[in-house]
Amino acid sequence: MEKSSSARESINDFFAEIGELTYFAGRYFREALSLPFEFREFLRQCYYMGNKSLLLVGVSGFILGLVFTLQTRPTLLEFGAVAWMPSMISVSIVREIGPVMIALICAGRIGSGIGAELGSMRVTEQIDAMEVSGTNPFKFLVVTRIMAATLMLPILVILGDFIALIGSAIIENIKGDVSFLLYFNEVFESLEFSDIFPATIKTFFFGFAIGLVGCFKGYNSKKGTAGVGKASNSAVVFTSMLLFIIDFIAVFVTDIFY
Amino acid sequence: MNAQQNSSTYKKGNPVIEIKDLYKKFGELKVLNGFNLQLFEGENLVIMGKSGSGKSVMIKCLVGLIEPDSGNIEILGKNISELNQKEMDELRAEIGFLFQGSALYDSMTVRENLEFPMRRHKNKVDIEKTDALVMEALESVDLAKTRDQMPEELSGGMQRRVALARALILKPKIILYDEPTTGLDPITAKEIIILMENIQEKYKTSSLIITHDVDCARVVSNRMILLLNGVDYVEGTFDELQASKDPKVQAFFK
Repeated sequence: MEKSSSARESINDFFAEIGELTYFAGRYFREALSLPFEFREFLRQCYYMGNKSLLLVGVSGFILGLVFTLQTRPTLLEFGAVAWMPSMISVSIVREIGPVMIALICAGRIGSGIGAELGSMRVTEQIDAMEVSGTNPFKFLVVTRIMAATLMLPILVILGDFIALIGSAIIENIKGDVSFLLYFNEVFESLEFSDIFPATIKTFFFGFAIGLVGCFKGYNSKKGTAGVGKASNSAVVFTSMLLFIIDFIAVFVTDIFY
Repeated sequence: MNAQQNSSTYKKGNPVIEIKDLYKKFGELKVLNGFNLQLFEGENLVIMGKSGSGKSVMIKCLVGLIEPDSGNIEILGKNISELNQKEMDELRAEIGFLFQGSALYDSMTVRENLEFPMRRHKNKVDIEKTDALVMEALESVDLAKTRDQMPEELSGGMQRRVALARALILKPKIILYDEPTTGLDPITAKEIIILMENIQEKYKTSSLIITHDVDCARVVSNRMILLLNGVDYVEGTFDELQASKDPKVQAFFK
Protein backbone atom coordinates (compact mmCIF):
# COMPACT_ATOMS: atom_id res chain seq x y z
CA MET A 1 0.00 0.00 0.00
CA GLU A 2 2.79 2.36 1.04
CA LYS A 3 4.89 1.36 -1.96
CA SER A 4 2.09 2.06 -4.41
CA SER A 5 1.39 5.50 -2.92
CA SER A 6 5.09 6.43 -3.10
CA ALA A 7 5.22 5.22 -6.73
CA ARG A 8 2.14 7.33 -7.47
CA GLU A 9 3.83 10.30 -5.84
CA SER A 10 6.96 9.79 -7.97
CA ILE A 11 4.90 9.61 -11.14
CA ASN A 12 2.99 12.75 -10.11
CA ASP A 13 6.28 14.57 -9.40
CA PHE A 14 7.66 13.49 -12.76
CA PHE A 15 4.68 14.81 -14.69
CA ALA A 16 4.60 17.97 -12.58
CA GLU A 17 8.23 18.57 -13.53
CA ILE A 18 7.47 17.96 -17.21
CA GLY A 19 4.67 20.53 -16.92
CA GLU A 20 6.97 23.07 -15.26
CA LEU A 21 9.66 22.45 -17.88
CA THR A 22 7.11 23.02 -20.66
CA TYR A 23 6.00 26.28 -19.03
CA PHE A 24 9.66 27.29 -18.68
CA ALA A 25 10.24 26.56 -22.39
CA GLY A 26 7.16 28.62 -23.27
CA ARG A 27 8.48 31.53 -21.23
CA TYR A 28 11.83 31.18 -23.02
CA PHE A 29 10.20 31.64 -26.44
CA ARG A 30 8.12 34.56 -25.18
CA GLU A 31 11.14 36.35 -23.70
CA ALA A 32 13.45 35.47 -26.62
CA LEU A 33 11.08 37.12 -29.07
CA SER A 34 10.79 40.38 -27.13
CA LEU A 35 13.29 43.23 -26.96
CA PRO A 36 15.82 44.10 -25.65
CA PHE A 37 18.21 41.30 -26.53
CA GLU A 38 21.23 40.77 -24.27
CA PHE A 39 23.70 40.45 -27.15
CA ARG A 40 26.85 40.97 -25.10
CA GLU A 41 25.95 38.22 -22.63
CA PHE A 42 24.94 35.95 -25.53
CA LEU A 43 28.41 36.36 -27.12
CA ARG A 44 30.08 35.76 -23.76
CA GLN A 45 28.12 32.53 -23.36
CA CYS A 46 28.94 31.42 -26.93
CA TYR A 47 32.62 31.97 -26.17
CA TYR A 48 32.36 30.20 -22.83
CA MET A 49 30.47 27.18 -24.16
CA GLY A 50 32.26 26.90 -27.50
CA ASN A 51 35.82 27.75 -26.67
CA LYS A 52 35.93 26.07 -23.30
CA SER A 53 34.38 22.82 -24.62
CA LEU A 54 36.64 22.67 -27.67
CA LEU A 55 39.50 20.68 -26.13
CA LEU A 56 37.17 18.15 -24.47
CA VAL A 57 35.16 17.63 -27.66
CA GLY A 58 38.33 17.44 -29.78
CA VAL A 59 40.07 14.86 -27.61
CA SER A 60 36.90 12.78 -27.14
CA GLY A 61 36.16 12.89 -30.88
CA PHE A 62 39.71 11.86 -31.77
CA ILE A 63 39.68 8.91 -29.37
CA LEU A 64 36.19 7.94 -30.58
CA GLY A 65 37.48 7.74 -34.18
CA LEU A 66 40.56 5.77 -33.16
CA VAL A 67 38.71 3.23 -31.00
CA PHE A 68 35.77 2.81 -33.35
CA THR A 69 38.08 2.01 -36.29
CA LEU A 70 40.31 -0.32 -34.24
CA GLN A 71 37.31 -2.26 -32.94
CA THR A 72 35.58 -2.55 -36.32
CA ARG A 73 38.62 -3.46 -38.40
CA PRO A 74 38.97 -7.17 -37.42
CA THR A 75 35.30 -7.91 -38.20
CA LEU A 76 35.43 -6.21 -41.60
CA LEU A 77 38.72 -8.01 -42.35
CA GLU A 78 37.07 -11.34 -41.56
CA PHE A 79 34.37 -10.64 -44.16
CA GLY A 80 36.85 -9.17 -46.68
CA ALA A 81 35.02 -5.86 -46.50
CA VAL A 82 37.78 -3.66 -45.12
CA ALA A 83 37.50 -1.38 -48.18
CA TRP A 84 34.10 -0.30 -46.78
CA MET A 85 35.77 1.05 -43.66
CA PRO A 86 35.75 4.82 -44.58
CA SER A 87 32.11 4.67 -45.72
CA MET A 88 30.94 2.73 -42.70
CA ILE A 89 32.82 4.84 -40.18
CA SER A 90 31.82 8.17 -41.73
CA VAL A 91 28.12 7.31 -42.01
CA SER A 92 28.04 5.95 -38.43
CA ILE A 93 29.88 8.94 -36.98
CA VAL A 94 28.08 11.66 -38.91
CA ARG A 95 24.60 10.17 -38.61
CA GLU A 96 24.53 8.89 -35.08
CA ILE A 97 27.58 8.29 -32.92
CA GLY A 98 29.15 11.75 -33.29
CA PRO A 99 26.06 13.83 -32.47
CA VAL A 100 24.92 11.61 -29.59
CA MET A 101 28.36 11.17 -28.01
CA ILE A 102 29.27 14.85 -28.26
CA ALA A 103 25.84 15.92 -27.02
CA LEU A 104 26.26 13.64 -23.99
CA ILE A 105 29.72 15.07 -23.33
CA CYS A 106 28.30 18.59 -23.61
CA ALA A 107 25.40 17.68 -21.32
CA GLY A 108 28.06 16.94 -18.70
CA ARG A 109 30.23 19.92 -19.50
CA ILE A 110 27.72 22.65 -20.41
CA GLY A 111 24.45 21.43 -18.83
CA SER A 112 25.90 20.77 -15.39
CA GLY A 113 27.88 24.03 -15.59
CA ILE A 114 24.73 26.05 -16.28
CA GLY A 115 22.82 24.18 -13.54
CA ALA A 116 25.53 24.82 -10.95
CA GLU A 117 26.10 28.45 -11.97
CA LEU A 118 22.46 29.49 -11.94
CA GLY A 119 21.80 27.40 -8.82
CA SER A 120 24.55 29.15 -6.91
CA MET A 121 23.36 32.53 -8.22
CA ARG A 122 19.88 31.73 -6.90
CA VAL A 123 21.19 30.63 -3.50
CA THR A 124 23.44 33.68 -3.07
CA GLU A 125 20.63 36.08 -4.12
CA GLN A 126 22.54 37.23 -7.24
CA ILE A 127 19.41 36.63 -9.33
CA ASP A 128 17.38 38.78 -6.92
CA ALA A 129 20.09 41.47 -7.07
CA MET A 130 19.84 41.44 -10.84
CA GLU A 131 16.07 41.90 -10.72
CA VAL A 132 16.37 44.72 -8.18
CA SER A 133 18.82 46.53 -10.48
CA GLY A 134 16.13 46.63 -13.17
CA THR A 135 17.33 43.65 -15.22
CA ASN A 136 15.10 40.82 -16.32
CA PRO A 137 17.18 37.89 -15.00
CA PHE A 138 15.33 35.37 -17.15
CA LYS A 139 16.27 37.27 -20.29
CA PHE A 140 19.82 37.95 -19.17
CA LEU A 141 20.68 34.51 -17.78
CA VAL A 142 18.30 31.98 -19.31
CA VAL A 143 17.57 33.23 -22.83
CA THR A 144 21.24 33.92 -23.60
CA ARG A 145 22.40 30.52 -22.30
CA ILE A 146 19.76 28.48 -24.14
CA MET A 147 20.43 30.37 -27.38
CA ALA A 148 24.19 29.97 -27.04
CA ALA A 149 23.87 26.22 -26.35
CA THR A 150 21.50 25.81 -29.33
CA LEU A 151 23.96 27.57 -31.62
CA MET A 152 27.21 26.14 -30.30
CA LEU A 153 26.30 22.46 -30.14
CA PRO A 154 25.99 21.95 -33.93
CA ILE A 155 29.36 23.67 -34.38
CA LEU A 156 30.96 21.46 -31.73
CA VAL A 157 29.41 18.33 -33.27
CA ILE A 158 30.64 19.18 -36.79
CA LEU A 159 34.11 19.77 -35.38
CA GLY A 160 34.00 16.63 -33.23
CA ASP A 161 32.85 14.52 -36.23
CA PHE A 162 35.69 15.85 -38.35
CA ILE A 163 38.30 15.14 -35.66
CA ALA A 164 36.85 11.64 -35.16
CA LEU A 165 37.29 11.00 -38.90
CA ILE A 166 40.90 12.21 -38.67
CA GLY A 167 41.44 9.69 -35.83
CA SER A 168 39.92 6.96 -37.96
CA ALA A 169 42.06 7.96 -40.98
CA ILE A 170 45.21 7.74 -38.86
CA ILE A 171 44.41 4.12 -37.87
CA GLU A 172 43.58 3.21 -41.47
CA ASN A 173 46.83 4.85 -42.57
CA ILE A 174 48.87 2.85 -40.05
CA LYS A 175 47.05 -0.49 -40.21
CA GLY A 176 45.72 -0.57 -43.75
CA ASP A 177 48.22 1.62 -45.58
CA VAL A 178 45.36 3.83 -46.84
CA SER A 179 46.45 7.39 -47.63
CA PHE A 180 44.61 10.35 -46.06
CA LEU A 181 43.57 11.55 -49.53
CA LEU A 182 42.06 8.19 -50.46
CA TYR A 183 40.38 7.85 -47.06
CA PHE A 184 38.68 11.26 -47.24
CA ASN A 185 37.79 10.72 -50.91
CA GLU A 186 35.90 7.61 -49.85
CA VAL A 187 34.32 9.48 -46.92
CA PHE A 188 32.95 12.33 -49.05
CA GLU A 189 31.78 9.96 -51.76
CA SER A 190 29.77 7.87 -49.34
CA LEU A 191 28.21 10.76 -47.39
CA GLU A 192 24.97 12.10 -48.81
CA PHE A 193 22.76 15.07 -48.05
CA SER A 194 20.35 12.74 -46.26
CA ASP A 195 23.16 11.74 -43.88
CA ILE A 196 24.36 15.24 -43.04
CA PHE A 197 21.22 17.40 -43.01
CA PRO A 198 18.99 15.51 -40.52
CA ALA A 199 22.00 14.82 -38.28
CA THR A 200 22.85 18.53 -38.16
CA ILE A 201 19.26 19.59 -37.55
CA LYS A 202 18.91 17.29 -34.58
CA THR A 203 22.03 18.79 -32.96
CA PHE A 204 20.18 22.12 -32.70
CA PHE A 205 17.52 20.30 -30.68
CA PHE A 206 20.23 18.62 -28.59
CA GLY A 207 21.75 22.04 -27.84
CA PHE A 208 18.35 23.49 -26.99
CA ALA A 209 17.63 20.57 -24.62
CA ILE A 210 21.01 20.94 -22.88
CA GLY A 211 20.52 24.69 -22.38
CA LEU A 212 16.86 24.40 -21.42
CA VAL A 213 17.24 21.68 -18.79
CA GLY A 214 20.44 23.21 -17.34
CA CYS A 215 18.74 26.59 -16.98
CA PHE A 216 15.49 25.07 -15.67
CA LYS A 217 17.25 23.10 -12.95
CA GLY A 218 19.58 25.93 -11.95
CA TYR A 219 17.05 28.78 -12.10
CA ASN A 220 14.54 26.86 -9.97
CA SER A 221 17.17 25.50 -7.60
CA LYS A 222 16.11 25.23 -3.96
CA LYS A 223 17.92 27.16 -1.27
CA GLY A 224 21.19 25.83 0.15
CA THR A 225 24.39 24.32 -1.22
CA ALA A 226 22.75 20.89 -1.47
CA GLY A 227 20.28 22.47 -3.89
CA VAL A 228 23.14 23.60 -6.14
CA GLY A 229 24.63 20.10 -6.27
CA LYS A 230 21.22 18.61 -6.95
CA ALA A 231 20.54 21.14 -9.73
CA SER A 232 23.84 20.33 -11.41
CA ASN A 233 23.45 16.58 -11.07
CA SER A 234 19.82 16.35 -12.12
CA ALA A 235 20.52 18.64 -15.11
CA VAL A 236 22.91 16.00 -16.49
CA VAL A 237 20.64 13.04 -15.74
CA PHE A 238 17.49 14.67 -17.13
CA THR A 239 19.29 16.01 -20.22
CA SER A 240 20.88 12.64 -21.02
CA MET A 241 17.48 11.00 -20.94
CA LEU A 242 15.99 13.78 -23.06
CA LEU A 243 18.80 13.49 -25.63
CA PHE A 244 17.98 9.84 -26.29
CA ILE A 245 14.28 10.65 -26.63
CA ILE A 246 15.06 13.46 -29.11
CA ASP A 247 17.42 11.15 -30.98
CA PHE A 248 14.75 8.47 -31.27
CA ILE A 249 12.20 10.99 -32.58
CA ALA A 250 14.77 12.44 -35.02
CA VAL A 251 15.67 8.99 -36.39
CA PHE A 252 11.98 8.10 -36.67
CA VAL A 253 11.15 11.32 -38.57
CA THR A 254 14.24 11.00 -40.80
CA ASP A 255 13.18 7.45 -41.65
CA ILE A 256 9.83 8.74 -42.92
CA PHE A 257 11.34 11.38 -45.21
CA TYR A 258 14.51 9.65 -46.46
CA MET B 1 0.25 47.11 22.00
CA ASN B 2 -0.24 49.23 18.90
CA ALA B 3 2.71 50.68 17.06
CA GLN B 4 1.06 54.07 16.96
CA GLN B 5 0.83 54.27 20.75
CA ASN B 6 4.48 55.17 21.04
CA SER B 7 5.13 58.62 19.65
CA SER B 8 8.44 59.07 17.94
CA THR B 9 10.55 62.12 18.66
CA TYR B 10 12.01 61.99 15.15
CA LYS B 11 11.13 65.06 13.07
CA LYS B 12 9.11 63.71 10.16
CA GLY B 13 9.42 64.81 6.53
CA ASN B 14 7.40 63.47 3.62
CA PRO B 15 6.87 59.71 3.57
CA VAL B 16 8.94 57.99 0.86
CA ILE B 17 7.66 54.50 1.68
CA GLU B 18 4.22 53.68 3.02
CA ILE B 19 3.06 50.15 3.76
CA LYS B 20 -0.55 49.53 4.78
CA ASP B 21 -1.98 46.22 6.00
CA LEU B 22 0.56 43.95 4.35
CA TYR B 23 -0.30 40.26 4.44
CA LYS B 24 1.81 37.36 3.20
CA LYS B 25 1.66 33.67 3.93
CA PHE B 26 3.57 30.69 2.59
CA GLY B 27 1.28 27.67 2.64
CA GLU B 28 -0.26 27.66 6.11
CA LEU B 29 2.51 29.81 7.60
CA LYS B 30 1.40 33.42 8.10
CA VAL B 31 4.52 35.58 7.84
CA LEU B 32 3.10 39.10 7.56
CA ASN B 33 -0.20 39.66 9.28
CA GLY B 34 -1.27 43.24 8.58
CA PHE B 35 2.09 45.01 8.75
CA ASN B 36 2.22 48.83 8.54
CA LEU B 37 5.16 51.17 8.08
CA GLN B 38 6.04 54.69 7.04
CA LEU B 39 9.59 55.72 6.11
CA PHE B 40 10.15 59.47 5.99
CA GLU B 41 12.53 61.50 3.86
CA GLY B 42 16.09 61.53 5.20
CA GLU B 43 15.27 59.09 7.97
CA ASN B 44 17.04 55.92 9.11
CA LEU B 45 14.32 53.50 10.15
CA VAL B 46 15.37 50.22 11.76
CA ILE B 47 13.09 47.19 11.69
CA MET B 48 14.01 44.68 14.37
CA GLY B 49 12.62 41.24 14.79
CA LYS B 50 13.57 37.65 15.53
CA SER B 51 14.89 35.37 12.80
CA GLY B 52 11.99 34.16 10.69
CA SER B 53 9.73 37.02 11.80
CA GLY B 54 9.22 38.17 8.20
CA LYS B 55 11.67 41.10 8.01
CA SER B 56 13.32 39.90 4.80
CA VAL B 57 9.95 38.96 3.27
CA MET B 58 8.69 42.47 3.97
CA ILE B 59 11.73 44.14 2.40
CA LYS B 60 11.49 41.85 -0.65
CA CYS B 61 7.82 42.78 -1.05
CA LEU B 62 8.95 46.41 -1.25
CA VAL B 63 11.10 45.85 -4.34
CA GLY B 64 8.72 43.41 -5.99
CA LEU B 65 10.78 40.27 -5.42
CA ILE B 66 7.89 38.74 -3.49
CA GLU B 67 4.26 39.49 -4.24
CA PRO B 68 2.19 40.14 -1.10
CA ASP B 69 -1.18 38.42 -0.69
CA SER B 70 -2.82 41.76 0.09
CA GLY B 71 -2.00 45.24 1.29
CA ASN B 72 -0.80 48.47 -0.17
CA ILE B 73 2.79 49.56 -0.82
CA GLU B 74 3.55 53.09 -1.97
CA ILE B 75 7.11 54.11 -2.81
CA LEU B 76 7.87 57.74 -3.69
CA GLY B 77 4.12 58.26 -4.11
CA LYS B 78 3.66 55.33 -6.50
CA ASN B 79 1.53 52.31 -5.68
CA ILE B 80 3.77 49.45 -6.81
CA SER B 81 0.90 47.07 -7.52
CA GLU B 82 -0.29 49.47 -10.24
CA LEU B 83 3.07 49.74 -12.01
CA ASN B 84 3.95 47.83 -15.17
CA GLN B 85 7.36 46.16 -15.52
CA LYS B 86 9.02 49.20 -17.12
CA GLU B 87 7.67 51.59 -14.49
CA MET B 88 8.74 49.19 -11.73
CA ASP B 89 12.27 49.01 -13.17
CA GLU B 90 12.41 52.82 -13.29
CA LEU B 91 11.31 52.98 -9.67
CA ARG B 92 13.93 50.40 -8.73
CA ALA B 93 16.62 52.81 -9.97
CA GLU B 94 15.62 55.05 -7.06
CA ILE B 95 16.14 52.22 -4.57
CA GLY B 96 19.50 50.79 -3.52
CA PHE B 97 19.42 47.32 -1.98
CA LEU B 98 22.15 45.84 0.18
CA PHE B 99 21.63 42.08 0.35
CA GLN B 100 22.38 40.02 3.42
CA GLY B 101 25.10 38.01 1.66
CA SER B 102 26.30 40.93 -0.52
CA ALA B 103 25.07 39.14 -3.70
CA LEU B 104 27.94 40.35 -5.87
CA TYR B 105 27.97 38.80 -9.35
CA ASP B 106 30.86 36.38 -9.01
CA SER B 107 31.57 36.12 -12.74
CA MET B 108 32.21 39.88 -12.92
CA THR B 109 34.98 42.09 -11.56
CA VAL B 110 34.22 44.74 -8.93
CA ARG B 111 34.12 47.41 -11.65
CA GLU B 112 31.69 45.35 -13.79
CA ASN B 113 29.52 44.74 -10.73
CA LEU B 114 29.21 48.49 -10.26
CA GLU B 115 28.72 49.19 -13.96
CA PHE B 116 25.91 46.64 -14.23
CA PRO B 117 23.10 48.81 -12.77
CA MET B 118 24.33 51.78 -14.81
CA ARG B 119 24.10 49.86 -18.07
CA ARG B 120 20.49 49.03 -17.16
CA HIS B 121 19.53 52.66 -16.48
CA LYS B 122 21.28 54.55 -19.25
CA ASN B 123 18.76 57.38 -19.03
CA LYS B 124 19.70 58.00 -15.39
CA VAL B 125 23.47 58.21 -15.79
CA ASP B 126 25.85 59.72 -18.29
CA ILE B 127 27.47 56.58 -19.71
CA GLU B 128 30.67 58.51 -20.55
CA LYS B 129 31.10 59.21 -16.85
CA THR B 130 30.87 55.54 -15.92
CA ASP B 131 34.50 55.25 -14.83
CA ALA B 132 34.32 58.38 -12.71
CA LEU B 133 31.09 57.21 -11.04
CA VAL B 134 32.56 53.77 -10.31
CA MET B 135 35.62 55.38 -8.72
CA GLU B 136 33.48 57.79 -6.70
CA ALA B 137 31.34 54.95 -5.33
CA LEU B 138 34.37 52.80 -4.54
CA GLU B 139 36.14 55.72 -2.86
CA SER B 140 33.09 56.33 -0.69
CA VAL B 141 33.58 52.81 0.74
CA ASP B 142 37.41 53.06 0.79
CA LEU B 143 37.95 50.34 -1.79
CA ALA B 144 39.18 52.17 -4.88
CA LYS B 145 42.11 49.76 -5.26
CA THR B 146 39.88 46.70 -5.67
CA ARG B 147 38.37 47.92 -8.94
CA ASP B 148 39.76 45.12 -11.12
CA GLN B 149 39.54 42.31 -8.56
CA MET B 150 37.03 39.48 -8.58
CA PRO B 151 34.59 39.26 -5.62
CA GLU B 152 36.10 35.93 -4.53
CA GLU B 153 39.43 37.71 -3.93
CA LEU B 154 37.85 40.01 -1.33
CA SER B 155 37.09 39.36 2.34
CA GLY B 156 33.47 39.20 3.58
CA GLY B 157 33.65 42.76 4.92
CA MET B 158 35.12 44.09 1.68
CA GLN B 159 32.44 42.31 -0.33
CA ARG B 160 29.77 43.96 1.83
CA ARG B 161 31.36 47.38 1.19
CA VAL B 162 31.51 46.76 -2.57
CA ALA B 163 27.85 45.71 -2.44
CA LEU B 164 27.13 48.99 -0.65
CA ALA B 165 28.99 50.89 -3.36
CA ARG B 166 26.86 49.08 -5.97
CA ALA B 167 23.69 50.01 -4.07
CA LEU B 168 24.83 53.65 -4.16
CA ILE B 169 25.98 53.85 -7.76
CA LEU B 170 22.71 55.24 -9.16
CA LYS B 171 22.48 57.74 -6.29
CA PRO B 172 19.17 56.32 -5.06
CA LYS B 173 16.73 58.21 -2.85
CA ILE B 174 16.12 55.15 -0.67
CA ILE B 175 18.50 52.44 0.51
CA LEU B 176 17.23 49.13 1.88
CA TYR B 177 19.66 47.22 4.08
CA ASP B 178 18.90 43.54 4.69
CA GLU B 179 20.92 42.50 7.77
CA PRO B 180 23.95 44.66 6.88
CA THR B 181 26.17 43.35 9.69
CA THR B 182 25.17 39.68 9.76
CA GLY B 183 28.07 37.26 9.39
CA LEU B 184 30.73 39.90 10.01
CA ASP B 185 33.17 40.12 12.92
CA PRO B 186 32.46 42.95 15.42
CA ILE B 187 35.21 45.23 14.05
CA THR B 188 34.11 44.88 10.42
CA ALA B 189 30.46 45.24 11.51
CA LYS B 190 31.39 48.53 13.20
CA GLU B 191 33.09 49.70 9.99
CA ILE B 192 29.93 48.95 8.01
CA ILE B 193 27.80 50.83 10.57
CA ILE B 194 30.06 53.90 10.35
CA LEU B 195 29.92 53.66 6.56
CA MET B 196 26.12 53.60 6.66
CA GLU B 197 26.11 56.74 8.77
CA ASN B 198 28.54 58.50 6.43
CA ILE B 199 26.49 57.53 3.40
CA GLN B 200 23.30 58.86 4.92
CA GLU B 201 25.08 62.13 5.69
CA LYS B 202 26.72 62.44 2.27
CA TYR B 203 23.89 61.29 -0.02
CA LYS B 204 20.91 62.37 2.15
CA THR B 205 19.17 59.06 1.52
CA SER B 206 16.26 57.57 3.43
CA SER B 207 17.20 54.16 4.78
CA LEU B 208 15.24 51.14 5.87
CA ILE B 209 17.46 48.84 7.88
CA ILE B 210 16.50 45.27 8.71
CA THR B 211 18.60 43.95 11.56
CA HIS B 212 18.70 42.10 14.84
CA ASP B 213 22.02 43.70 15.75
CA VAL B 214 21.27 46.01 18.72
CA ASP B 215 24.58 47.90 18.32
CA CYS B 216 23.78 48.64 14.71
CA ALA B 217 20.28 49.82 15.65
CA ARG B 218 21.63 52.04 18.44
CA VAL B 219 24.06 53.87 16.14
CA VAL B 220 22.12 54.26 12.92
CA SER B 221 18.44 54.47 13.86
CA ASN B 222 16.37 57.64 14.06
CA ARG B 223 13.34 55.49 14.71
CA MET B 224 12.67 51.79 15.23
CA ILE B 225 9.82 49.34 14.67
CA LEU B 226 9.68 45.93 16.29
CA LEU B 227 8.22 43.29 13.99
CA LEU B 228 6.53 40.58 16.00
CA ASN B 229 4.15 37.86 14.77
CA GLY B 230 3.88 39.58 11.41
CA VAL B 231 2.74 42.95 12.75
CA ASP B 232 4.41 46.23 13.65
CA TYR B 233 4.29 45.56 17.38
CA VAL B 234 5.82 48.75 18.69
CA GLU B 235 7.42 51.92 17.31
CA GLY B 236 9.73 54.50 18.86
CA THR B 237 13.28 55.76 19.15
CA PHE B 238 16.00 53.42 20.34
CA ASP B 239 15.95 54.96 23.82
CA GLU B 240 12.17 54.76 24.06
CA LEU B 241 12.14 51.08 23.17
CA GLN B 242 15.09 50.29 25.39
CA ALA B 243 13.27 51.87 28.33
CA SER B 244 10.07 49.92 27.59
CA LYS B 245 8.72 47.71 30.36
CA ASP B 246 7.12 45.28 27.87
CA PRO B 247 8.93 41.93 28.30
CA LYS B 248 8.56 41.18 24.57
CA VAL B 249 10.37 44.43 23.75
CA GLN B 250 12.93 43.97 26.50
CA ALA B 251 13.85 40.55 25.08
CA PHE B 252 15.51 42.29 22.15
CA PHE B 253 17.77 44.43 24.31
CA LYS B 254 19.02 41.76 26.70
